[in-house]
Amino acid sequence: MATSIEEKPDFKWIGKSIRRVEDPRYLVGRGGYIGDIKLPGMLYTAVLRSPFAHARIGSIDTGEALEVPGVVAVFTGQDCKEKMNPCANFGPPTITQYPLAVDKVRYCGEAVVAVVAESRYAAEDGVEAVEVDFEPLDPVVDPIAAIGPGAPVLHEEHGNNLAYERIFEFGEVDDAFREADVVVEDKLHWGRSSGMPLDTCGAVARPALNGSLEVYCNSLNFNFFIWLVAAALKLPSNKFTVIPVPAGGSFGSKFFAHKVPTLAGFLALQTGRPVAYIEDRLDHITNSDHHGSDRYYDVRMGLKSDGTITALDVDVVDDYGAYLQFGVGTHGNSLSQAVGPYRLKNLRYRLRAALTNKCQQGAYRGFGSEVQNWVLERMVDKAARQLGMGPEEIRRHNFIQPDEFPYKIPTGNIYDSGNYPAVLQRAIEMLDLDKWRTEQERARKEGRHIGIGVVTTQERSVFSSTEFWFWFDKPAFPLTSSPESVTLTIDPTGEFQVQMHSQAMWGNSPETVAAMLVAEEFGVDPYKVNVSYADSAHSLPGTGPGGSRFTVMIAGAVRGASKRLRAKLFKIAAHELEASEDDLEIVEGVVRVKGVPDKSRSLAELASTAYFFALNLPEGVESGLEESCTYDHPYTTLPSDDRKDLGVFYPFMGHACHIAVIEIDAETGTHKFLDYVAVHDAGTVVNPKTLAGHVTGGAAQGIGSAMYEELVYDEDGQFKCSTFMDYLIPTAMEVPEFKLGHVETPSPYTEFGIKGGGEGGRMVAPAAISAAIDDALSDYGVRITQLPIKPSEILRQIETGTQS
Amino acid sequence: MRVRLRVNGAERQVDVEPRVTLLDALREVIGLTGTKKGCDRGECGACTVHVNGRRIDACMTLAVMHEGDEITTIEGLDHPVQRAFLEHDAFQCGFCTPGQLMSAAACLAEGHTGSDAEIREWMSGNTCRCAAYPHIVAAVREVAGRA
Ligand code: FES
Ligand code: FES
Repeated sequence: MATSIEEKPDFKWIGKSIRRVEDPRYLVGRGGYIGDIKLPGMLYTAVLRSPFAHARIGSIDTGEALEVPGVVAVFTGQDCKEKMNPCANFGPPTITQYPLAVDKVRYCGEAVVAVVAESRYAAEDGVEAVEVDFEPLDPVVDPIAAIGPGAPVLHEEHGNNLAYERIFEFGEVDDAFREADVVVEDKLHWGRSSGMPLDTCGAVARPALNGSLEVYCNSLNFNFFIWLVAAALKLPSNKFTVIPVPAGGSFGSKFFAHKVPTLAGFLALQTGRPVAYIEDRLDHITNSDHHGSDRYYDVRMGLKSDGTITALDVDVVDDYGAYLQFGVGTHGNSLSQAVGPYRLKNLRYRLRAALTNKCQQGAYRGFGSEVQNWVLERMVDKAARQLGMGPEEIRRHNFIQPDEFPYKIPTGNIYDSGNYPAVLQRAIEMLDLDKWRTEQERARKEGRHIGIGVVTTQERSVFSSTEFWFWFDKPAFPLTSSPESVTLTIDPTGEFQVQMHSQAMWGNSPETVAAMLVAEEFGVDPYKVNVSYADSAHSLPGTGPGGSRFTVMIAGAVRGASKRLRAKLFKIAAHELEASEDDLEIVEGVVRVKGVPDKSRSLAELASTAYFFALNLPEGVESGLEESCTYDHPYTTLPSDDRKDLGVFYPFMGHACHIAVIEIDAETGTHKFLDYVAVHDAGTVVNPKTLAGHVTGGAAQGIGSAMYEELVYDEDGQFKCSTFMDYLIPTAMEVPEFKLGHVETPSPYTEFGIKGGGEGGRMVAPAAISAAIDDALSDYGVRITQLPIKPSEILRQIETGTQS
Repeated sequence: MRVRLRVNGAERQVDVEPRVTLLDALREVIGLTGTKKGCDRGECGACTVHVNGRRIDACMTLAVMHEGDEITTIEGLDHPVQRAFLEHDAFQCGFCTPGQLMSAAACLAEGHTGSDAEIREWMSGNTCRCAAYPHIVAAVREVAGRA
């Protein structure tokens, strides 16, 4: 793979493409995922799921199931309602949820009955034997119809299907449209896809000592929210411990995924035995905590005749499915970079969150900001076409310039740094755009349809918690913390141990990042640093991964803990070497007096003193070498009371330019990638190799969302894609080679200038692909307005000359 | 039912119901959890093992059909493609990796490595949601000697 990432000379480890410290265990099948855990006496769970989109639950007969050999117990929603509180919920209190449906099912696949047995096979036999009387109700599947008059209501207590509505207005939007020379409008639809990791969500819960409950689970961010799950289970939070287990991918789907651990915990408390609940593929695909965004847009963009964008008016209905567990934070993400890399001053954003008979919506790589990127780029492309400007020309004309940072966008968020023209230029050069334009012309004469899609989007990183609540004028819990912690230990023999506090490995490279940073700070070999993960009973404040925050936050925490640890080491060394602390330095794992290299102590020697020779320690220094640091979000400000300014909530602003070259077969509507360049700016790069993995993986998922993946419900709310034969994850055949490049504009606000890059290419690829297809078929007037893009839609537009 | 398997060179007697898949027998009965379950219906390749030298999806076959068969799982694999995966960063979360490695070793033995396109096609039964595909292809290409 061609990569043109430059290594940074001024750091010893940061910026080096080292192989990951996590890797060796995967080569021998020792990843240690949730399905690999087996506790003595453990029971297994299978779940009966609703075959209806909307139905009242009548009687449930569990008698026969209890007779099935191996079945230990059977539970229904009624049991949950009697013995626990509703599940954790960040949406309106009138929309409640239990891990098993109570009284009503609201989507196809919703959990109704849990059977617990000595084996998964027996549990499934038990499910077969349960009889449930469902009284079908009219479903509502279309979100626009759902919030219109006369639609069947999902939650009677809520009264209607409009879970949330708000209009934000920034600047003088109507004036700007009045003064615009050109207004482009469109209706756009981003279809529902999801993270769909190969490793599903799972939990193993066991009743432990003193009435406490221990839950092994692969949910992320447990530490931040754990007390909410304890509250649902009616346990004091100090009697509920989560032990984090590595996740085989998340991509958002395990972001505080609480339904699985809550159910496993409930079953363990009820049976008094360890209980495993590991979603099978059907459980996950129909009932995950996190289907992705499903948005219907009416958008208008106002411009001056020279191409200057002056106003954007977004009216979006988001189909949240049957519950609003995570509130509308995915639109906070959209607002963090609502104007993209452009100097656009006037913005209106109207959101309506609709409830429909579908699985709930949550997080998927980009958390909603990738959708805003697609919408904005679609509109810029439409305007460019109308004005007769090239895609790169209109973008260059509107870019925020490198000398304008930090730059405050109309919503109030700050962009910390960037060099958008440089990123675009780099991409154009790497692709050799002129060469492809010539080739495109030549091919067109032969009747072939090559398209080039050039897009430039933002890649925000490191959320502040204000984005969860600035939606409300009187938020119930206006949280302002989103910290991350690290504990750094040098053990008695001088070896390094890093403990993290909010998750286990999930596919990023948290161990590599932490080990490289410790190596940078102390000059030791990163492969000798051991990394472990604290359980929630022993953890310091942590928020967990999400919103591309982990590398930035861990870097801050490691740096803070290192400073403290170094200070202690220097104190001990100064005492032993009879030198001043100020004269000491640490070089390759040795503390020495500057300029007198043989006056030194190795870390092992100092550690020995610290742990075993208290009488040799300087006055006031305690035994041991362990320091922790809790690093708070380095740049968060409060929103204004009138919400005309949402404050700073996502300031470390990455950027990317993708250029896709695609050939479309106008006979079949199918496509082929001919070339693909992706240039990203994620600030200072810690490890180009792992970042390349994220850009690639994200772009591949972007290809999935753009062209293959869709969680389809028919008009009766029946779920139409419950297997990988229907839900099409890109394989090696569909993912092209990407040419990757990087531009680094370090953040002035983070340690080492790092910005997050974990969501990678998914923030960009759908827009690039849409633009390339439009361009390939410009002779036919094709315009992509909905995702995923199906060959049948391309053919329809070619044949009828009309857009959807 | 009792069935005799040779797993990674060692003789294993297991007692399973006839409906138990080879995958569940390996993971749940024998305790070799390296082989993964991603879909349980032959659609992702996470459960790929070798049976008498051929790669198959262990979720799509029953344990009792393998009396006397020679089965190799990731725990028994010792192949240069493992090192190549390391060098080429051919994974992120690692969940698909056991299946990818078993498949890659077989793909190499089968000689389906004439071009990148051929590697991609013959590895397309193994889904990687982290999409390490370009790196997986590079690793297989290198071992095939076309680096
Ligand atoms: S688990 Fe066997 S193919 Fe997916
Ligand atoms: S490495 Fe995560 S699925 Fe392949």
